[in-house]
Amino acid sequence: MANKRIDEPTGTETVGHEWDGIEELDTPMPRWWLWTLYATIVWGVIYVILYPAWPLINKATEGVLGWSSRGELAEEMSVVDQARTTVREELARIPIERLPENSELFGQAVAGGRSAFQVHCSQCHGSGAAGSQTLGYPNLNDDDWLWGGDLKAIEYTLVNGIRAPGVNDTRMSVMPPFEGAFDADQLTAVTNHVLSLSGKAPSTASGAQLYQDNCSVCHGPAGEGNRELGAPRLNDAIWLYGSSPEQLRAQILNPKMGRMPHWSGRLDPVTIKMLSAYVWSLGGGEEFVEVAEDPAVEVDEEP
Amino acid sequence: MKNRDPSRASSAPPRREGAERDWSVVVEDGRAKTNEPVSSAVANPEATTLRHEPHEPPRQHLPTKLFEKRTKVHNKRIDGRFRRFKWFVMFVTLAIYYATPWIRWDRGPYAPDQAVLVDLANRRFYMFGIEIWPHEFYYVAGLLIMAALGLFLVTSAVGRAWCGYACPQTVWTDLFQHVDRFVDGDRNARMRLDAAPLGPKKFAKRTFKYTIYLVISFWTGGAWIMYFADAPTLVRDFWAGEAAPAAYITVVILTLTTFTLGGFMREQVCIYMCPWPRIQTAMMDEKSLLVTYKDWRGEPRGSVKKAQKNPGKFGDCIDCLQCVAVCPTGIDIREGPQVGCITCALCIDACDKVMADIGRPRGLIDYATLEDCEKEANGEPTRSPWKAIFRPRTIAYFLIWGSIGLAMLFALGVRSHVGLSVSPDRNPPYILMSDGSVRNSYTLKLRNMESRPREMEIAVEGLPGALMWTDTIGRDDAAGTQIKTVPADQVLSVRAYVIAPEGTSTQEFNFRVTSRDEQQESATTETRFDTPGGER
Ligand code: SF4
Ligand code: SF4
Repeated sequence: MANKRIDEPTGTETVGHEWDGIEELDTPMPRWWLWTLYATIVWGVIYVILYPAWPLINKATEGVLGWSSRGELAEEMSVVDQARTTVREELARIPIERLPENSELFGQAVAGGRSAFQVHCSQCHGSGAAGSQTLGYPNLNDDDWLWGGDLKAIEYTLVNGIRAPGVNDTRMSVMPPFEGAFDADQLTAVTNHVLSLSGKAPSTASGAQLYQDNCSVCHGPAGEGNRELGAPRLNDAIWLYGSSPEQLRAQILNPKMGRMPHWSGRLDPVTIKMLSAYVWSLGGGEEFVEVAEDPAVEVDEEP
Repeated sequence: MKNRDPSRASSAPPRREGAERDWSVVVEDGRAKTNEPVSSAVANPEATTLRHEPHEPPRQHLPTKLFEKRTKVHNKRIDGRFRRFKWFVMFVTLAIYYATPWIRWDRGPYAPDQAVLVDLANRRFYMFGIEIWPHEFYYVAGLLIMAALGLFLVTSAVGRAWCGYACPQTVWTDLFQHVDRFVDGDRNARMRLDAAPLGPKKFAKRTFKYTIYLVISFWTGGAWIMYFADAPTLVRDFWAGEAAPAAYITVVILTLTTFTLGGFMREQVCIYMCPWPRIQTAMMDEKSLLVTYKDWRGEPRGSVKKAQKNPGKFGDCIDCLQCVAVCPTGIDIREGPQVGCITCALCIDACDKVMADIGRPRGLIDYATLEDCEKEANGEPTRSPWKAIFRPRTIAYFLIWGSIGLAMLFALGVRSHVGLSVSPDRNPPYILMSDGSVRNSYTLKLRNMESRPREMEIAVEGLPGALMWTDTIGRDDAAGTQIKTVPADQVLSVRAYVIAPEGTSTQEFNFRVTSRDEQQESATTETRFDTPGGER
């Protein structure tokens, strides 16, 4: 600032800076500029009075309008909730197996189910519903279903859970432990036979015999499984607890059996419906077929 | 100019002191060309009503003020060739602005009939036969680049001529100044009225004037929103109170800004708010045409009388201040080129008229390049102004400008009206099915850019044995291709499942979409098929 001087031709004082020999004249700003500044200051004061502004130790000043982003969110949410009620009412009315016929409603159910899934189911089944083989949570995207993959079966599983304690109608199946029942050779033979059902190992006559005697009651003579009992299919490519001989052996001797909580009473029926629709929509959903008495009819082999 | 504070004067020094000895010769020359005696009979009556400052005001070193009150500009009516050109540009630009939304363009039953429409809700931009989608925003970017280059081109050729003629701020300021003249009268009447106390007459005039301002402003804001919706419908909805809140808010804001900027801020926008004058100085050179006061010819100034008494002593400028009186930004061009000058050339018209009246050649103020100014001052021949317009620099700008335009036109001509984007599911990347086959799922976006529904065939290419199905059919109907109908002007989102037999390895493959009509337009997008064991 020390270098202030008067610019000769214009008679104006310079501001005192110099850049490469170029100096700036100290030309006054227009007055409205000043007024604009004052206006912004006034606006700032008004804003501080009306809205939350000054941060204090625990919270900010509240402002006389009482506005808060939380309050705004709650308001918006209630609007959204209101908009949802019609859909929810419709969903409550429609029987779940008829849901796919109403594609718009179905789409809304899937969307609602997707977010409910992230909240309630992704902890075990993963956010992409791919489950976990190491932990034994089934993949819900594939076409292998322990208890049936149509909308009704899925809903039933959701409502009652699997091996859920204290639920009368829960899905319940028990694989007995064969610890001590087989000697080492027998164990290898039966393991190999199970693997052979899906073409993963050569079978032996003794293995086949052991399988027929001990396993086929539930898992079926050809390893086709039994959904009535929740007995897994053994002749496909999907293994809940792994398909290596060691994993199989462990499962025969001391079987792991997963548990799924029941959601009745914890989630409302409409949310459960939406969750069922979402799970069904993941790509492995089966068409619902009115099953006659005969439990042997394979639901997924309908044309 | 009364009340001219020296501290506000332009930074350009009057180039008199240092150059006096050279230019006196030129001044003599200039005189020699005009042999007619200076006639006092043609002294402009307006001129006498202007208060003159002494020719060389004593420079006082006043303490610099921090802020300065605006000196209102009362610019005088003028007629002349540049004024007429300005009228013409004003008419054309305003006509384009107000009329464009009302031009109809039949696009068939599925698309709007407005020739120029920015459809924000559906994210489409229609411009006559061209329809721009959001993913084609580069066309807009290209237009912006062309606009910038166009400004460079104009600036390098004729300085701030964009500012002087076509800039919206100029056009609307001009319009409002005509309103001023229409209601309050010309410069002197306006100055008197401003100085007069507020009586009923002044009040009535002011009310009338501001009403006209408001009507123009409202029209300006009103025309703007027409670009964003079907104009006739919008007008009806607007008055029925059924238009979107954004429409009303926009109209109010634009009305207020037009009212303030056009009615009151005027030259303040050009001088203080607009960044362009700061940038343009970098784009002009000594070959750019600028409005220039030829001081070697005009100085020293003196009234017609003085010049008659002392023949040979004075230059051509009779200090009548007409050039200042007509200037819309209120500057004195005789102080040299300055940032406030918008190159509108009204001062040229004014001075030419004065020169004609006193019988001297026109062009004391004129469009001239710095180079020519020097030549002329040294008595050398000057070149035609066209040389300033057609020179390598402007031609280079023009070529770049034109090639961008051509490239965009070409791209528009060959672009496909179907589009496909594919996003593979990543969570999980693949699903092992019970029969050992592997399934991947994808979200496909089929784009139909024509204003009619089109059937499109989606095919999986380059994945042996693969079948696909979509979310609307079951796996039982899986096939190599699927057909979907994409609604007019829309993007259809399709969830597709692709299943490949056991043993397929992780690999790249293509989705191809082909329109099932005469055009057979197609688009292909490569994506990836993941399998167990495939490295990720
Ligand atoms: S330049 Fe022309 S218009 Fe301006 S004061 Fe001189 S004579 Fe008058
Ligand atoms: S000095 Fe002349 S060209 Fe520049 S703005 Fe004023 S009237 Fe227009």
